Amino acid sequence: MAVNISAPTTCYHCGNDCEKDHYVLDNKDFCCVGCKGVYQVLANSGLCNYYSYNAHPGATLKSTEKRFEYLDDPSIINDLVDFTDDTITIVTLYIPYIHCSSCIWLLEKLNRFNPAIYYSRIDFLKKQVNIRFNNREIGLRQVVELLTDIGYEPLINLQDVIKKQQTGKGDNLVKKIAVAGFCFGNVMLLSFPEYLGLSAYEQTFRHFFGWVNVMFSLPVVFYSGREYFMSAYKNLRNRVLNIDFPLALGIAVLFLRTLAEVFTHSGAGFADTLCGLVFFLLVGKFVQQKTYYHISFERDYRSFFPVAVQAIENGVEKPLPLSELNVGQRIRIRNNEIIPADAILLKGDARIDFSFVTGESVPVKKVWGEVVYAGGRQTGEAIELEVIKPVSQSYLTRLWNNEAFTRVQDNRMQTFNQKVSRYFTIVLLVIAFGSLLFWLPGDVYLAFSAFTAVLIVACPCALALSTPFTMSAALGVFDRNFFYLKNAAVVEQMAAIDTIVLDKTGTITVGGENGISKKALLDNYQQQLVYSICRNSAHPLSVQICNYLHSSKQLPVTDYLELAGKGICATVDGHLVKVGSQSFLTGGANIAAATEVHVMIDETYAGYFGFTNKYRDGLEAITKLGTDYKLYLLSGDQDHEREALRPYFKDDGYMLFNRSPQQKLDFVKSLQLAGKKVMMIGDGLNDSGALKQSDLGIAITDNVNNFSPGSDAILDGRSLKLLPVFLKFSRDSITIIYISFCISLCYNLFGLSYAVTGNLSPLLAAILMPLSTATIISFTSIAAHLAAKKRKLR
Amino acid sequence: MSIIYFLIGCSILLALVFLGAFFWAQRNGQNEDLYTPSVRILLDDEPSDENKK
Repeated sequence: MAVNISAPTTCYHCGNDCEKDHYVLDNKDFCCVGCKGVYQVLANSGLCNYYSYNAHPGATLKSTEKRFEYLDDPSIINDLVDFTDDTITIVTLYIPYIHCSSCIWLLEKLNRFNPAIYYSRIDFLKKQVNIRFNNREIGLRQVVELLTDIGYEPLINLQDVIKKQQTGKGDNLVKKIAVAGFCFGNVMLLSFPEYLGLSAYEQTFRHFFGWVNVMFSLPVVFYSGREYFMSAYKNLRNRVLNIDFPLALGIAVLFLRTLAEVFTHSGAGFADTLCGLVFFLLVGKFVQQKTYYHISFERDYRSFFPVAVQAIENGVEKPLPLSELNVGQRIRIRNNEIIPADAILLKGDARIDFSFVTGESVPVKKVWGEVVYAGGRQTGEAIELEVIKPVSQSYLTRLWNNEAFTRVQDNRMQTFNQKVSRYFTIVLLVIAFGSLLFWLPGDVYLAFSAFTAVLIVACPCALALSTPFTMSAALGVFDRNFFYLKNAAVVEQMAAIDTIVLDKTGTITVGGENGISKKALLDNYQQQLVYSICRNSAHPLSVQICNYLHSSKQLPVTDYLELAGKGICATVDGHLVKVGSQSFLTGGANIAAATEVHVMIDETYAGYFGFTNKYRDGLEAITKLGTDYKLYLLSGDQDHEREALRPYFKDDGYMLFNRSPQQKLDFVKSLQLAGKKVMMIGDGLNDSGALKQSDLGIAITDNVNNFSPGSDAILDGRSLKLLPVFLKFSRDSITIIYISFCISLCYNLFGLSYAVTGNLSPLLAAILMPLSTATIISFTSIAAHLAAKKRKLR
Repeated sequence: MSIIYFLIGCSILLALVFLGAFFWAQRNGQNEDLYTPSVRILLDDEPSDENKK
């Protein structure tokens, strides 16, 4: 049903511009068969309201091919589903495309497509759908195919299978906070009579309240606060004084003194301060643990391997889980699939894109009998391979498991908190014992009351909270600007950076996409000739030329001949057309440095297409950092872009080409040995070693849901230009932490002046602790937002 | 004034009930997804604006 319409229109489904020849159905325009297909499926089920919540909510279907045969395999199904019995299966699938309310509406109506699907629920932030279906009437494969049909293809990979066991960690902290909060509230209520003063004949109440308070402190100390004791003990054994030690000491002293005062009827105790302290500390911890559900920082090679491959046994193709793939088996890899194990090419035209492994984006051609390493992506027709090494022994896996790559980081910088808390603890102990010794000769009771009061009032609650709250505010600011940090400590690392190392391919160039320029005077007809011949080739440059000359008409092509590495020639509509390298056309040598594709029509030279790498628009801004930071370029590529990049970097000493993944790692290491704090920005698996080694590894990506190597932070490509601002803002955050530290010290000094005399009243402690906490929390969040505003961040 | 013992006992009991309710909600997964329900409630069962247009 192709119809010509002159006015430019947008696709009803996905909102893309429609070509001249596009599809029309029910008076609605569609850019491709895929979009039309989805609309048809929805229309047949009466679900067109999908389009009424948002304009163009759909996704363009890249391919209509379905490759879910492996989901018929019972062992794979068992690994993927959450629960299954003989009638019902429950599965949770990750669907990266979920992005708007229409998605929720549609995906929760899967039941309308097939009644065998009982239930489907979206978790919007995690981009997950939980589906419960009758496994007698519909299989997992059909469910996934249905999702793909309506434009929501789930992403299924090996890491899904593995990540199952990693849930329910943060849950425990919430319970602890709940218990602490519950006790805090009740203790405050029971402490009020004490604050207001109890008359002499109400003394029995006082004892009763005291004992109830002690009862409430028990779960706070032994359940909610247990972690602090354990951490302090562990650190002491390792001869480290961290902030948990004074905190644990404070909690212990508060509890013991409360117990003693209540037991001896000598006072009301500090149960209110104790519960408040633990409650606020845990809230601070909770804020610090804020994580992103939709982004994984711990991805490894498994997450971009498929779950299964097509194995050929006795001439029959069948899906085989990767774990069962053995040496000697034949596998079939189709267009855009990843080769999971080292193998020998048996059949087909292999054009392997190794950009994940080496960073080089131009596909490598392999011929029959050659070894193809794991990690490459086939582009073009399907190929057959024979596996020569199991997945666990293959090149990519070995690269990943390289000792240097997986080494646990222990050379990370000390955070401000760690540095300060050591001195803090020492000073605190000196003051406490000093006041003990000062009063001891005269009054033993006063001496111990002063000693415990010092430990109580100086408990660094505000200090412990200043970092988490500042960092979480900073994290929120970064998050809104498409810069996702793994955790709060990364902000501090970022502020200390003095050297920046950039990868080239995919990092400062836009992945896979080149700028194409036509240096040829071709009339309309000649363009059609070139377009027609290039349509026959799967070479990426040909594909780009086709895209560039997009709307040309296809002419009949005969005598088509493709010479690998040289070019193509054919008779198109009666004309002899040659397209390819300069040497192929004229017989001379290749002289140009940049990639060029030349065109010859009927033995007349017609000009060429020039390809230049397109740089991200942030490059200018980043290279300006060269004044404050040392800026290096580290590329796995050949140096044919040295000239183009020279203006951006100081001199050739700062531009290093032809580096293997191991060499990249070693380079970062050598910088670190020279005392530099290195930030590495990369994108591919080839950078993953360097990213891990560096003090701050940033993975850059155009789509945060796609694969990115393990790193400390993930940066959306659009925000690369903001990197200098991010660096400045991270320094602002550190300043805020310093100031809030000073504020908390002032509170401490004020409290100490009372404590050393032994006259700390429970009321004063109960006011001072929450007041300092509230000051710190409000100061840090307001200051962080003001700093973001100053830096013009969103 | 000894009624206070009874009242405090009641209030603690009530508070414990709420704490238990929170634990139940937490275990039940009610706090796992705090965003989607806010969108879901805005979606009508069968919006009919398709015909009105």
